[in-house]
Formats: sequence, structure tokens, C-alpha cells
Amino acid sequence: MQPFVKLEGLVAPLDRANVDTDAIIPKQFLKSIKRSGFGPNAFDEWRYLDHGEPGMDNSNRPLNPDFVLNQPRYQGASILLARENFGCGSSREHAPWALLDYGFRCIIAPSYADIFFNNCFKNGILPIQLDTDEVDILFSEVEANPGYQLLVDLEQQVVVTPSGQSFSFDVDAFRKHCLLNGLDDIGLTLQKVDQIKVFEARHKAAQPWLFNQN
Amino acid sequence: MAKTLYDKLFDSHVVQEENGTALLYIDRHLVHEVTSPQAFEGLKLSARKVWRINSVLAVPDHNVPTTDRSHGIADPVSRLQVETLDNNCAEFGITEFRMNDARQGIVHVIGPEQGATLPGMTVVCGDSHTSTHGAFGALAHGIGTSEVEHVLATQCLVQKKSKAMQIRVEGQLGKGVTAKDIALAIIGKIGTAGGTGYAIEFAGSAIRSLSMEGRMTLCNMAIEAGARAGMVAVDDTTIDYVKGRPYAPKPEQWDAAVAYWRTLHSDEGAKFDAEVELKAEDIQPQVTWGTSPEMVTSVDGFVPDPSKESDPTKRGGIERALQYMGLEANTPITGIEIDKVFIGSCTNSRIEDLRAAAAVAKGRKVAANVKLAMVVPGSGLVKAQAEQEGLDKIFTEAGFEWREPGCSMCLAMNADRLEPGERCASTSNRNFEGRQGQGGRTHLVSPEMAAAAAVTGHFVDVRQLN
Ligand code: SF4
Repeated sequence: MQPFVKLEGLVAPLDRANVDTDAIIPKQFLKSIKRSGFGPNAFDEWRYLDHGEPGMDNSNRPLNPDFVLNQPRYQGASILLARENFGCGSSREHAPWALLDYGFRCIIAPSYADIFFNNCFKNGILPIQLDTDEVDILFSEVEANPGYQLLVDLEQQVVVTPSGQSFSFDVDAFRKHCLLNGLDDIGLTLQKVDQIKVFEARHKAAQPWLFNQN
Repeated sequence: MAKTLYDKLFDSHVVQEENGTALLYIDRHLVHEVTSPQAFEGLKLSARKVWRINSVLAVPDHNVPTTDRSHGIADPVSRLQVETLDNNCAEFGITEFRMNDARQGIVHVIGPEQGATLPGMTVVCGDSHTSTHGAFGALAHGIGTSEVEHVLATQCLVQKKSKAMQIRVEGQLGKGVTAKDIALAIIGKIGTAGGTGYAIEFAGSAIRSLSMEGRMTLCNMAIEAGARAGMVAVDDTTIDYVKGRPYAPKPEQWDAAVAYWRTLHSDEGAKFDAEVELKAEDIQPQVTWGTSPEMVTSVDGFVPDPSKESDPTKRGGIERALQYMGLEANTPITGIEIDKVFIGSCTNSRIEDLRAAAAVAKGRKVAANVKLAMVVPGSGLVKAQAEQEGLDKIFTEAGFEWREPGCSMCLAMNADRLEPGERCASTSNRNFEGRQGQGGRTHLVSPEMAAAAAVTGHFVDVRQLN
């Protein structure tokens, strides 16, 4: 996993509440058995005027000019500004894979759905939760200022605007540590093999039916 | 100290805890074809083994056709995904009910049906509706693919404890009102983010009197209220359901298991971080009108009027939903005509659901304006049971199609889908834009309400049909 330390990047605003993972990456693309290549189909149904299917040449498809991420001023954005309950619905990790492949490394929203939030950290994406009024400020500044960039500093846990205003955010210490160092969860857990085995033996003695062979 | 059911389940699985982050031991891992290929690939790339093979049970469900399967899967991309699961399970030695196995079905239907879901377990699956299994007094979470790989490799999940919410439904449900209506009424009340950060325990006399099927329907939709887990305490209903199933404790283990399971309830005086109460008598059959499960009303209600909403974000949401759904404000719900009917999904495809829908369909005919009404049993065993009871005949005589088990039009990854603009009465759990097919319009209802809509061609209060 790519570490996340500091990010200075262009911001794209997606002004909708309850953006679900079906919208972030529609189900027909979930048939892939790979982890990459989902970026061109991120937000597929909103982004293109035709219906997308796996295997299409996306560069020839008609873009929906009304979809915000298609506006020239937001090309190359690496920070997605969003509304409440972002990432609700299906647990598909294809959603953060698609956002990452599209180019987003950071999301800022007032709230997230649990599973999506968790999945972001596993993929080197930092989901930041700010208060609704702080998010409101960012939405109005982004829309008013073409080329609007934010500085995200994970070490210091702050988001800094071009005018120097800064918003601090919370992040779980363990997740922060993993993100800063690009650490793989599995490797970390496997350092505790002995503890897992001790637990397992005790658990099996207490509830042997959980370990029946079928 | 008095503990909640959630405390008991969580605390009894903590391998180790540091700064509030726990390593949680996982008892049962259910696997399907969509969210597992990248996890198996990851294991192979790092030359890791599966920690405990007999904790894993796999089944293909999302991509399988619901029509004749003797020629395999026509769509090459779907076929590859199912074959990838078959190959991965064979390679790692994992039990899989393959597409043509009589026990194949939707992962959340077969787990309980096999007794692979037991009280007191931690259950995970790379699927958000894993919350379903909480109906057994289990702690059941949906997880992402990285976590699928993590659980395969370590038998553990890195997890922070959630807050606990209790939702009590007291009183007696009226006739024609089901667990699905309770679920939708709860989401209508607390919203799709109302349960975010919580594990929800459903309690109260109305919940106690639900069957296991009903409790599964309810816990299934806990995720639609934003909660990662939903659960119901163990009682006789739970224990009777589990008894005799293939993966249930062996006869010599049974008494000890039951003695332990009897402790799986919240203690008297346990503290919850949030409490919600509903009266069963107030709940009417529900119908969603929008593109989020919280956009719901009673069947005697109306499509809302955005101009009456003062919050601009909410108003925009309603306007966009009405536009997508092709609905006018203030239309009575019973005035909405439908094109298709889908009875199925891990929410409502168990035998009790099919019986309820068949009772409404019996002796009636699917209305002329309904292009397709399909019934998709949750598993091969549910299908066989229904056929033994003659339910398939009732459905086909009424003009419904009787299909093979799978996820089907719940998310339309196989050939079953809505065409743009088509309107569907569906017993599934999500009415998101495009969920049942691009441009498709989904209204979530109970099985009896879906059957009633099929035979009248529009939404109708099922209680007025009888
Ligand atoms: S039936 Fe629908 S909700 Fe359930 S597992 Fe299948 S796709 Fe997911």
C-alpha cells in the first residue's frame, strides 16, 4: 500500500448526500477479478451518457457534460469533497479501488458509511470527517475559485485552505500509523500468531461445536 | 456489570486489544464469487495459507443464471468469476456448494439453512448484508475484500467496538404487516445513516414473536439503516430452528451449546448508547417511493411534495429522486402502476416469504400491464421445499415465473434486470439508482405486497385483497 503523509491537490466537489457504492462503481464492473482498472468506470452512470459495460473503450464514450467531475476545471483532482453518508450501500471494495484508480487519495465529507470508510484505509485513501459547516465552507470556496487546492497533512491532522484557514480532523491512531507507513494489515496481524493460537485453543475447548469438520 | 448482547459477543472474541482497536477472532467466514477473487489472489501472491479451512463456506450466487443451468453461464465475464471461485476453493481446499449443487443459493440464505450460522458466533462475509446472520444472536459483519483476505490469512478481523443501539418494537403486528414493514418503518424513522457507528439489537415483544425468517429479514436491513451489524437475542425460536441442521452441534455437544446460547441476551439493566422504540400497532405495510430506503411511506400514503421541505439538501434529494423515479408529487402510492415484480433476494426469499406471497397469488392472475413477475427462491433447498408444498404451481398458474436460486434481479449482475424506465415492486433491500438495471425504478415492499401488486398491476394494501 502506498503511504499517505501529505497531499496538496486539486479539489472536486460532489454535492449530493447518500452517494452509494453502486453509484461509485456500478455492478457490471464488479465481474472483474482484478483490483485495478476501475477508474474509467468510476461514477459510470452519471459520468457517461451511454450505458457502460466491461470491456468497452471508455475513451470513445459520450461524456455527460452536466456531471461535475467532467468539468475541465476539476480534471486531475485528487481530493473529493462530498456530503453526508458517503459510500453507503454495498460493501464492495471496488468503490475505493475505483476512486483511487481515478486519482482520488483523499475524501472530505461530514459522514461516511462504516464499511466504505474502513475500506478506504486499506487502500491508502484518507477519508476525512469534518463538521457540516466546515464542509459547507469548502463547497462554497471550491465552487467560487477555479483551481482550488487544499493541503492535507495527516501527521498534523489538518486540512489547510489556500487562504491559510485550517481545519483539524480526528483519525484513529492505528489507522494513521498504517497509512503513514503504508503498512499491510495482514503482516501486522501475523506478528501475533501465538496470541491467536492461544485464543483459538481456549475457544475450541469452550465451544467445540464451532470447530466441527464438515 | 450488566452487559448488552453486543458486549457479550464482541468481548468473547477479543484476541487482543490495544488503544480501543481489537483483534477479533472469526468463527465463520462465508465467501461468494464477487468479492473474493482479489483476496485469493493476494494470498497467493504473498504465499499465505488459509488459517482454518473448516471455518469457510463458499457459494456462487450473484452471477448465476436463474434459468436453465444445464449449459452453464452464457456471459463470459460472469462465467469467469464463478469459475475463479471454483478454482480457488479447489486449490485451497474450501467447501463450496457449486452452481449445480442442490444446496446452492444466496450466501445469506444457505448459511442459516445449513446451521453454518450459529448463536454466539462471529460471522463475516464480503457482503454488506451479512448483518442477516445476527438474527441468531451472532455478531455478523459485512467486510471488504482486503478484510476477506485478512480473515482468510489470520482468522481475525481488526475491529473497533461500535456503540450499541437498542430498537424495541412492542405490541402485536397487524395482519398483513411483516418483518419487512418493520425494517422499512425503522429506516423511515431513523434514516439510512441513523445506525452508522452502531450495532443494533432488535428487541421487544413484536420481535420476539417473529419467526427466524422474519428476524433474518429485519437484521438483513440493519445495514440499510447504516449499522454494520443487527442482532436478536437467542430464545426457543432460535434454538428450535438450529436443531438438526447439517452444521449444527452434534448430539453429544448439543446440551452444552444450548446452555451457552441461553446466556446470549442483553442483561437486565444493560446500558445502550441509543434507544429507539416503535409501536407495532402503528406500522402499516410500507412502500418506498424514492432512491434510498429511507424514502418510504405507508401504502395509504402519498409521494411527498418537495416544495414542503425546508432543508435545501433534502429538498434537492427529493426532487432528484422523483425525477429518477418518474413520479409526481402528491400521487397516492396506490395510484402507482408497475411493470415488473421481483420476489426474491436475501431479504425475502425464504420459505415463509414464498408461502406468504403464494397465499396472495393463489387463484388470482398477474395483471395484464405487468410484463414479468418472477419468484426466485433463496436456495435450492427452499425451492425444493416450496415445490413439495405446491407453491410453484400456485405461482405459475397465476402467471409468475418460477426460477432457479440466486441473487438475480436484486442487483442484476446476471441476465435478470429492469430496462430503463421500468418500474418494479421488489422484495429486495436497495432501491438505489440503477440497482436493478440502468434507469430501472425500484419500490421496496414485503412479499405479500409484491404479490398483491402483481395481481392488481399497481400498489395496493394487501389487507384489502383478502
Ligand atoms: S440477494 Fe441482493 S443483497 Fe442479498 S447478497 Fe445477493 S445481491 Fe446482495
